Amino acid sequence: MRTLLVLLLALCTAPFAAAAPHVPADDAMVLERLPEKADPALKALKRMRAIVAANPGRIELAVPYARRAIEASRATGDPRFLGQAEAALAPWWNAPDAPPPTLLLRATIKQSRHDFTGALADLDRLIAAQPGDAQALLTRATVLAVQGRYDEAQRDCARLAPRTTAMVAATCSAGATRNADAAYRVLMEAQPAALDDAGVRAWALTLAAEIAARRGDADAAEQHFRAALRLDPRDAYLKGAWSDFLLDRGRASEVLPLVEDETRNDALLLRLALAERLLPERASRYREHRAELAARFDAARARGDTVHRREEARFRLIIENDAQGALRLARDNWDVQREPADLRILVEAAQATGDRAALALARAWEDRP
Amino acid sequence: MKRWLLLFVWLLAAPVLAHKPSDAYLTLEREGTALTGQWDIALRDLDNVLGLDANGDGDITWGEVRARHADIAAYALARLRVAAAGQPCPLTATAQLIDTHTDGAYVVLRLSGQCAEAAPTLALDYTLFRDADPQHRGLLHFVEHGTSRSHVFSAESPHQVIGGDAGGPLRQFATYLHEGVWHIWLGFDHILFLVSLLLPAVLVRREHAWHPAVSFRAAFLDVAKVVTAFTLAHSITLSLAALGVVSLPSRWIESAIALSVVLAALNNLMPVVASGRWLAAFAFGLLHGFGFAGALQDLGLPTSGLALSLAGFNIGVELGQLAIVAAFLPFAYLLRGTPAYRRVLLGAGSAAIAAIAAVWLVERAFDVPLFAMLAAAS
Repeated sequence: MRTLLVLLLALCTAPFAAAAPHVPADDAMVLERLPEKADPALKALKRMRAIVAANPGRIELAVPYARRAIEASRATGDPRFLGQAEAALAPWWNAPDAPPPTLLLRATIKQSRHDFTGALADLDRLIAAQPGDAQALLTRATVLAVQGRYDEAQRDCARLAPRTTAMVAATCSAGATRNADAAYRVLMEAQPAALDDAGVRAWALTLAAEIAARRGDADAAEQHFRAALRLDPRDAYLKGAWSDFLLDRGRASEVLPLVEDETRNDALLLRLALAERLLPERASRYREHRAELAARFDAARARGDTVHRREEARFRLIIENDAQGALRLARDNWDVQREPADLRILVEAAQATGDRAALALARAWEDRP
Repeated sequence: MKRWLLLFVWLLAAPVLAHKPSDAYLTLEREGTALTGQWDIALRDLDNVLGLDANGDGDITWGEVRARHADIAAYALARLRVAAAGQPCPLTATAQLIDTHTDGAYVVLRLSGQCAEAAPTLALDYTLFRDADPQHRGLLHFVEHGTSRSHVFSAESPHQVIGGDAGGPLRQFATYLHEGVWHIWLGFDHILFLVSLLLPAVLVRREHAWHPAVSFRAAFLDVAKVVTAFTLAHSITLSLAALGVVSLPSRWIESAIALSVVLAALNNLMPVVASGRWLAAFAFGLLHGFGFAGALQDLGLPTSGLALSLAGFNIGVELGQLAIVAAFLPFAYLLRGTPAYRRVLLGAGSAAIAAIAAVWLVERAFDVPLFAMLAAAS
């Protein structure tokens, strides 16, 4: 019976084998709950979108709207808002001489789709035009750090330092080094200033927690994670990082309440499934979520998306026991992004398959001066 | 300002794109000239461009969708163009239903359409939500001959030629072979050019007059030379043009082909080139190859098995041509000694061909439909 249910669920979720097209019986039947239903900010965003759509080419309308839409995609994890931001920026999307505010937003949208080359080209142009633009410097430092280009990232952090608070400068720098001890020290020494809002402090604390965990200081990591969660309890990235910390320590049952209501978010659904895998009493939910994840990765592949490779590699390795598939994804992902999490899945997949070339690749990276 | 610094760094670190982006699922099935299909489009995406949530309460009800059926169909169908052999295949939405995908409710449009001609491929232009969300993708399943192929449409690739490769390589080859045969049989300019070159093949030019060829063997060799030269030449240019190596304006090519027919026919009346007709066949064959390529472009070449389709089409043209030769040669050989052959077929026939081709030349070079005007006047 359970198998049947799982099969049915898989059928419902596969992109081309949807349930069954039907005519609803009742006019009052609610088919779709729009995201703005629960969020006044999204309602305002929708009104702005209508105004921008009616006035194409008006940069003073398009830029604030695109900014808000990017913010919405960040808060909800919903890429449709990013596409809508891009649509608002369409008149300036391909123009080489686009005005600086549009360049910055363009770069932000591109990097969130892992088009790091495109993002860097826009940021280089922007910084050449406005060498002291703190936001552009910080964004470029972060893109470079994601690619593992730490020396270049540090140069941008150094240029940024006199233009921002000590805490932002410290977090910029700590995120762009392989020296965990130094990075942790820098973060611990940075005192929050009045300008550093809860978001900045949560950002610094999350990074500190991740570094402490990598250094093996679990107590400090937990303390930082909990402090960050108090500042920003709804943040999806933070929830994911905290879940990973708990999973690493065999505290799977603590992950459930954290992400159980976030199943629309692929990255958090993965954490939920990883936790349920370890909990016998959740066996049926685990099978459902495993099928759901497989369907979502298939759907992403069908449309040609490659931004989920890190998550999909974890899914293949741990949930599907497909080490070869995981290694392939982890290697492709490694060609694009080189954060600690990317290195970790590469090493785990390489160890699972015994692939010497991939292990050598990871070791060469770790041994780099 | 500091809030901004925060936003951007978080955006980078966060698992963005954690939800499913905007996709629509299109299935098209073809049988001959008839198209049927289904198009699943997310209600959220339709709300974004059409404002389905009439009362603004954040819920889309069946009543709200039902009230906008005509708008939904008109909006979507205006952004999907299907054509076969350059002729549009208009689609209509025969029904609207509701279905659920991983990211919510979708409207399901049942589609039906009819193409004017049965071409091996279909040309699709997909521009749904291009202005509202450039990251939207149209995921197409094209079903034909029991084979299903997937294609992804995006803002970067809104135009795609699909089909022509279903049902295995043999069927693909046969489809294009068939098209090649029909193209030469229906392409009167190519036939008239070939006939103009073949008419004198059963004769020998001596002392400014035509005489019957002494042996079938001699006539056959002459025909073989002409046909081989023509074939070789147009195969070269057809391949070059179809593979995109060389590209020439079609009006120029079509005019030059008409001119080649005029010259070939006139050469029978006032022979300039007598024994070396195969050279003329080769030179003009190069032009005709570009003409075949134009026709092949209208049919569309599938991306998979491109060489196979090209070879099929080319061999089809040759077979069609050989069939014409096989029908013509024995007949002409038998009649070659009669005055009727020389005067009526060679003389009047060539004159008529030259006249028809001259009209084509004017039509094509100056883009005036002379034949249509004559028909309308009479």
